[in-house]
Amino acid sequence: MSLHELVLGKLTWSAIPWGDLMTLGAGVSVVVIAIAVCIFITIKKRWKWLFTEWLGSLDPKKIGIMYIIIALIMLLRGFADALMIRAQQALSVGDMHGIVSTDTFQQVFSAHGSIMIFFVAMGLVFGLLNLIVPLQIGARDVAFPTLNSISFWLFAAGMGLINLSLLVGEFSPAGWLAYPPLSELQYSPGVGVDYWIWSLQIAGVGSLLSGINFIVTILTMRRKGMTLFKMPIFTWSALGSMSLVALAFPILTATLFMLSLDRMLGMHFFTSGAGGNPMMYINLIWAWGHPEVYILVLPAFGIFSEIVPVFSRKKLFGYTSMVWAIIAITLLSFTVWLHHFFTMGSGANVNAFFGIMTGVIAIPTGVKLFNWIFTMVRGRVKFTTPMLWFLGFVVLFTVGGFAGVILSVPAADFQLHNSLFLVAHFHTMIVAGVLFGFFAGLTYWFPKFAGFKLNEKLGTYAFLCWLFGFLTAFVPLYILGFLGATRRLDHYDSSLGWQGLFIVAGVGVLILGLGVIFQILQLIVSYLQRNQTRDLTGDPWDARTLEWATSSPPAHYNFASLEEVTTRDAFWETKQKGAPEPRYEDIVLPKNSYVGLFVAGFAFMAGFGFIWHIIWMIALGLLGVIVSVIVRSFADDTEYTIKAATVKKLEEARAARLEEYA
Amino acid sequence: MTRVSERAVEATMLEERAERNSIGFWLYLMTDCILFASLFAVYAILHVNTFGGPGPKELFHPGGVLAETLLLLASSYACGLAVLRARAGERAKAIFWLVVCFALGASFLTLEIGEFAELIAEGNSFTRSGFLSAFFTLVATHGMHITIGLIWIAVMVAQLMLKGLTPHTARRLTLFSLFWHFLDVVWIFIFSTVYLMGVA
Repeated sequence: MSLHELVLGKLTWSAIPWGDLMTLGAGVSVVVIAIAVCIFITIKKRWKWLFTEWLGSLDPKKIGIMYIIIALIMLLRGFADALMIRAQQALSVGDMHGIVSTDTFQQVFSAHGSIMIFFVAMGLVFGLLNLIVPLQIGARDVAFPTLNSISFWLFAAGMGLINLSLLVGEFSPAGWLAYPPLSELQYSPGVGVDYWIWSLQIAGVGSLLSGINFIVTILTMRRKGMTLFKMPIFTWSALGSMSLVALAFPILTATLFMLSLDRMLGMHFFTSGAGGNPMMYINLIWAWGHPEVYILVLPAFGIFSEIVPVFSRKKLFGYTSMVWAIIAITLLSFTVWLHHFFTMGSGANVNAFFGIMTGVIAIPTGVKLFNWIFTMVRGRVKFTTPMLWFLGFVVLFTVGGFAGVILSVPAADFQLHNSLFLVAHFHTMIVAGVLFGFFAGLTYWFPKFAGFKLNEKLGTYAFLCWLFGFLTAFVPLYILGFLGATRRLDHYDSSLGWQGLFIVAGVGVLILGLGVIFQILQLIVSYLQRNQTRDLTGDPWDARTLEWATSSPPAHYNFASLEEVTTRDAFWETKQKGAPEPRYEDIVLPKNSYVGLFVAGFAFMAGFGFIWHIIWMIALGLLGVIVSVIVRSFADDTEYTIKAATVKKLEEARAARLEEYA
Repeated sequence: MTRVSERAVEATMLEERAERNSIGFWLYLMTDCILFASLFAVYAILHVNTFGGPGPKELFHPGGVLAETLLLLASSYACGLAVLRARAGERAKAIFWLVVCFALGASFLTLEIGEFAELIAEGNSFTRSGFLSAFFTLVATHGMHITIGLIWIAVMVAQLMLKGLTPHTARRLTLFSLFWHFLDVVWIFIFSTVYLMGVA
């Protein structure tokens, strides 16, 4: 081993993509923005504030907001990738070869998928869970606040690694799930797949820990009197989703671990020779990957189950069937994974079983759709932006669901698999299902955390752009799929006559981009007009669940006094009957801790070492993680108490503010 | 009077936390169980893929593995005694049994590393075939867990010496015993499905 290998492993100057101006430009602009932000913070002298108020905070409300900020920034990154994919496919026909090389194109679509699922959708899920679940169950914190911070920072470290691949080295060219043998060292000798493995692995461990944290939070920290069947549906959907995280993510961890052993130590799990078995990878990754779909979509279902009753001014139709539908989906989601590879030789009987199970899972989903619609029937529906997102969702999700049922028939799947029809189907589910759901949720809960509402008009424009942009972008893909266009095409022959439809799809993405611009404008305008839209009551929508029973934004202790819950829609009940006299008590909350930053920093270091085979860095990183945890385990003074008298004073000040408003 | 009620409140808070911690830790163990289940499934598929190299029958010697098993079971027994002594409030004895547990666990690990070194020296390393990759990974993942357990014991002994038997350290000791017994169960599965069924 040479000195260079000892110190820097495989890392050389050529790792920086000098020749690839687009990637280099993106990487450099990330660095420039980061430096600009640092300078801004230094000028404003906000470093101390940043660390004490945000980075070291164990308050789930702040951690939730940080998750969502990262997710939204990553949404822009993933969206930029989407623009490049659409541009490439619209322009790379016949003699024209599009805007990027084949190599770069492969990295772009791999990055698009990985980022959108792991760092946008997952970030939104964990962000919203952190914000809402403790409040909704009437608790003051999550079960393990320190662990929660570690989870968040591991997520951030994974995000850091995946973006570092822009500047140092390359990203995976092997698609968002890196099927072997393509992702094996023999066919992907660069560090791209390793970036993919380690950014997902580090973020994935964070997700797993978060999953455990929220299950325990929901099971043990509910307000007195809130039995499981009095729990708000969003919390139920969180419980389903987090159970899936706990059940499915260990499989991902094991699978990524084995793939990295193949690549790093020359093992033969998934290689095509020497006794490896690539099919095993496909099975394992989808045994995680299919539940992952429901990990994302269940919370979106939960969001709609909160929004529809509030804006229809009725209680939710069929609460019990809603809960059982969530439970059924949670269980069934583990029985359908093989439909992702009907064509890979499992045989007719196995395919038939998984085809039928896939059809079956549409039933509880249908139950939910009908429940939402029946909630609206004879309600006094207010068409606010969260409701608009819901209506867009209902239509598109049903269409996408039907496309899914078509794909669940193995015989049809043999024709349609790997085509743009499939791409259109799962984008309908993830964009119109998950993303619309989270946009609705973010709009609905925004006043709770910002203290003012979002601008409705700009929100409506954004929604319309997303709705029509989505249709323009993805209806052509359904058609192109039927015409035989396969996914991930970087070039096609002009005689196929596909270019027109690809251009329409490209225009669709531009409309979506307009939607994104409206959303950014919405944030800015709402902030500027915040004095007119301030939410002083804590209950701007006249809502039903406990998170609205406290001020906006909530005090760091969430609730001053913990009244017993007697019914579903506990806050609605309180509003009807009048709140009892509050009983103040001493409140114990966790102090700030930087252990999450240390653990994730060292994990990042180890990940970088694994990617570039830098042994000292791996050792130092792993050691650092262990030592950080040990040091934390010796800490005694981790909590502080707010005296009952102080709580009383704070609450009376709030009541005085309210009276002024009234 | 208020003193007493304050203490009662603190006691219920500690109790609630202990319950939360143990549920959380059980959940963690279940996720770990799924991780091992994935590796077992992979081994079940790959154990016939010897790629012309030696298979389980030629490579495994149940004698050495039996010794490993007995060491690990004995260390679990010592771990159990440590918990009992801690509950009785006898710190010194608890520490003593933890040290015994550590020594037995470390001997187990030494034997395992020896077995690995021997296999590699004979030219049957994890790069030889799919079967050997799966074997090494499954068994070494268990070994990694044992290593983490040993670090945990060391930290716990230090905390017992510095802080004594507080509700905090006692709770950690209970969680550790769960972890250690869980690793025993995993090992029994490895012993029976990998080694015994391998040579049968």
